[in-house]
Amino acid sequence: MIPNNTPITDELIANHGLKPDEYQRILNLIGREPTITELGIFSAMWNEHCSYKSSKIWLKTLPTKGPRVLQGPGENAGVVDIDDGQVVVFKMESHNHPSYIEPYQGAATGVGGILRDVFTMGARPIAAMNALRFGEPDHPKTRHLVSGVVAGVGGYGNSFGVPTVGGEVEFNARYNGNILVNAFAAGLADSDKIFLSEAKGVGLPIVYLGAKTGRDGVGGATMASAEFDDDIDEKRPTVQVGDPFTEKCLLEACLELMKTGAVIAIQDMGAAGLTCSAVEMGAKGNLGVELDLDKVPVREERMNAYEMMLSESQERMLMVLEPSKEAVASDIFKKWGLDFAIVGITTDDLRFRVNFQGEEVANLPIKKLGDEAPEYDRPWVEPKKPDPIPALDLPEGEAVVELLLKLMGSPNVASKRWVYEQYDTYIQGNSAQRPGGDAGVVRVPSSTGEDTKKGLAFSSDVNPVYCEADAYEGGKQAVAELWRNLTAVGAEPLAATDNLNFGNPERPEIMGQFVHAIKGIGEACKALAFPIVSGNVSLYNETNGVGILPTPTMAGVGLLPDIDKMATIAFKDSGEDIILIGSHGTHMGQTLAFNALTGGDYGPPPPVDLAEEKKNGDFVRSLIRNERVTACHDISSGGLGVAVTEMALKGKIGATFSLPKDKVTTLFSEDQARYIVTCKRSDRELILKSAEESGINLEIIGKTGGNFIDFGEKIDLTSLEQAYEGWFPSYMA
Amino acid sequence: MKSALIQFPGSNRDRDMIAAITKISGEKPDLVWHTQSELGDYDLIVIPGGFSYGDYLRAGAIAARSPIMDAVREKAGKGTKILGVCNGFQTLCEAGLLPGALMRNASLRFVCREVKLLVSNNKTAFSNQYNENEIIRCPVAHHDGNFFADEKTLNQIEENGQVVFRYAEDTNPNGSVNNIAGIVNEKGNVLGMMPHPENLIEAFHHGLDGRPLFESALNKVA
Repeated sequence: MIPNNTPITDELIANHGLKPDEYQRILNLIGREPTITELGIFSAMWNEHCSYKSSKIWLKTLPTKGPRVLQGPGENAGVVDIDDGQVVVFKMESHNHPSYIEPYQGAATGVGGILRDVFTMGARPIAAMNALRFGEPDHPKTRHLVSGVVAGVGGYGNSFGVPTVGGEVEFNARYNGNILVNAFAAGLADSDKIFLSEAKGVGLPIVYLGAKTGRDGVGGATMASAEFDDDIDEKRPTVQVGDPFTEKCLLEACLELMKTGAVIAIQDMGAAGLTCSAVEMGAKGNLGVELDLDKVPVREERMNAYEMMLSESQERMLMVLEPSKEAVASDIFKKWGLDFAIVGITTDDLRFRVNFQGEEVANLPIKKLGDEAPEYDRPWVEPKKPDPIPALDLPEGEAVVELLLKLMGSPNVASKRWVYEQYDTYIQGNSAQRPGGDAGVVRVPSSTGEDTKKGLAFSSDVNPVYCEADAYEGGKQAVAELWRNLTAVGAEPLAATDNLNFGNPERPEIMGQFVHAIKGIGEACKALAFPIVSGNVSLYNETNGVGILPTPTMAGVGLLPDIDKMATIAFKDSGEDIILIGSHGTHMGQTLAFNALTGGDYGPPPPVDLAEEKKNGDFVRSLIRNERVTACHDISSGGLGVAVTEMALKGKIGATFSLPKDKVTTLFSEDQARYIVTCKRSDRELILKSAEESGINLEIIGKTGGNFIDFGEKIDLTSLEQAYEGWFPSYMA
Repeated sequence: MKSALIQFPGSNRDRDMIAAITKISGEKPDLVWHTQSELGDYDLIVIPGGFSYGDYLRAGAIAARSPIMDAVREKAGKGTKILGVCNGFQTLCEAGLLPGALMRNASLRFVCREVKLLVSNNKTAFSNQYNENEIIRCPVAHHDGNFFADEKTLNQIEENGQVVFRYAEDTNPNGSVNNIAGIVNEKGNVLGMMPHPENLIEAFHHGLDGRPLFESALNKVA
């Protein structure tokens, strides 16, 4: 065993991901050389993943408040009021690095971690999503990663028992060396029964709950704060191993426990395990914490203090216990077959003290561990502008149909059925809209478990190609598209969570992308009154110096007061009007079609007019809520052509519509703030009139019917369906 | 009409099942924890879906050996109706209350989608509210639903009319032999099925096809 007083060498410091000046900061803070356990604790607290040291000063600029926001960033998850004394608790978090090293366990524990964040606060999870980004389909590792990640997401979520209602799956060569796994979860709680991590009261027992501690995941958070190189396989032991069965038991045990009044404060053990949870609980409550590691339930022999403090074994919680409830609390955990061990005590001396086998292995100032973490205003430069759009003869005639067919069967448009059929989308019996539409929707049970008319909508969005071309407009667009997708089912967008995935922030051009994306996100959230209540930053997504596309994934929640009035994208009947809300598009830069035609990414992305976005969205939502439209779909990647085709394929009803002269531009431009809706003939006049009153641009472009898409050129739905549904299964076959 | 629902650690469609039974019968089932070794008098005992004990050995294998299953076995012998759905079906097979076994899906992947079922026998206590050879819709969600039995057992099952539901219209999602989705024991009082009728019982689910099963089992004719 490594003795606790091992001399701290430069090599040890570097291996802990600490820079020389950061180590000097430690020396200044404690006035002596740290023990090896203490060095581990600092490395756990001060790595990028846990400390947000490169991103903090920019995250502070985001809007986080709103009339419905009960808890913004800083807790395990955000909390938003959804009326009737109920709240939705949600967050999105990345598990990128581990999922690339070990796709099944990496993805599984990503799902486990985010579910735990939600139920730690007292909320029962009701919906999950995941945004996945992989390298180019032809890359030799991609199939293996897709297969493992999807199985891992399903393996954990299905067993735990939460419906997966939406998400994203995209491919791009820039993720060849670093895939993205962003997991989202939302839960339901009563607004007066939210549990927080802030410890209260001196001399109270600190209890360890859940699974036993093993050696898995030691140093995981530090691993996730560094780039990859060719020795990546050596990092496999830093990936945790998931146990969804224990997590399900932990959920039930925790919710049962919370009803007894035994829980004063509770915090899940996520990144940096016991260290991070204990320090956070104490520091937030202005209390010291003393831990006795001899009491920690372990599943491996001869674990030392260092390993116990840094293990990222899953399915564990730490809580401050109301001492009079010890017996009832421990009985609940016995019933569920889980560990319940008093491992420490709160103190009034603001020290973080760790004892092991009769030795004090760490004694650190608890507040300063977090508060004095390095914070960097990293240098950044304006991101470079994309290459201008080259002159191009756009296809005409038959070739336009071929382009539509090609896009429908392209990896980033084609149906993701192969993926979402591996996720349980029915469980809990409340799924109103399963994956494949604009947003996932679940019915909300009342506090007493009765059915209600209320629904919650969930979506996750970002267009990384746009962000690469212009991070500021791309950031705006991610928020706008999320807001639009929630609107398109008839929901009022309430709040969002951000999962910011970028490359190495020590490179000024990457930092420039980050800064611009944050500015764009902030502006859009302000304009749309759409606060950010939780989130996560994942940096250093680079391998051998090649970074990912800047990918600020935005996920959010919307409220439907009457779920019976929800809209879906499927055409419902023949002979209905097809209406374009917003104007015909003209913007071809960074569009799927233009990239398909040229094989490159050119020009600026479509700009987002936030006032127009709000105006058109509010109009569409009022049409849906007044039951004037029979189907609704936002226009995003692939433009009007892909949007109408998706509506037709979902409804198994075709469409005939006319376009202005330049068919390719009108069909495939990706101008923002636009929707396609359908209506009964009898509602046409009313919609036109109310659009005029509200100053909305719209155009009746055609009607539903037949088994083909006809815009002057004609193609049958069967061919489109084969392309759309066929790509993924044949790719993975 | 009294019903009981058995809960194991890892059961996760228990809430769906409780909701379905309550909505259709007007009465909540009694909840029975797996450590209990006795069961009161019930007309219907239900083992819900989920991943009991994580399905870490074989699906349903550990649940089948828990104390409550001795009580279930006793009740089954006395003719009480027992319904096992998904993990419940797996548990009943592992407990020896139903013939055959449920192997990993032929695709080796978890599958969640809507399938079509043929009501192959509408004379049982669980299917008498369906028409003979009626085709119904039903969701599935499982990783180990590939029903298998040796030839002799299979012939017996078929000859006795023990197959209640079969996957129809080329929707067999898991490779089950003879498209078997649900079977009863010889006496006809124990039904196991992989699909989830409890997730298709109200207008909100866009279908009521699961309802007649509960109406049959609970003697609640709509």
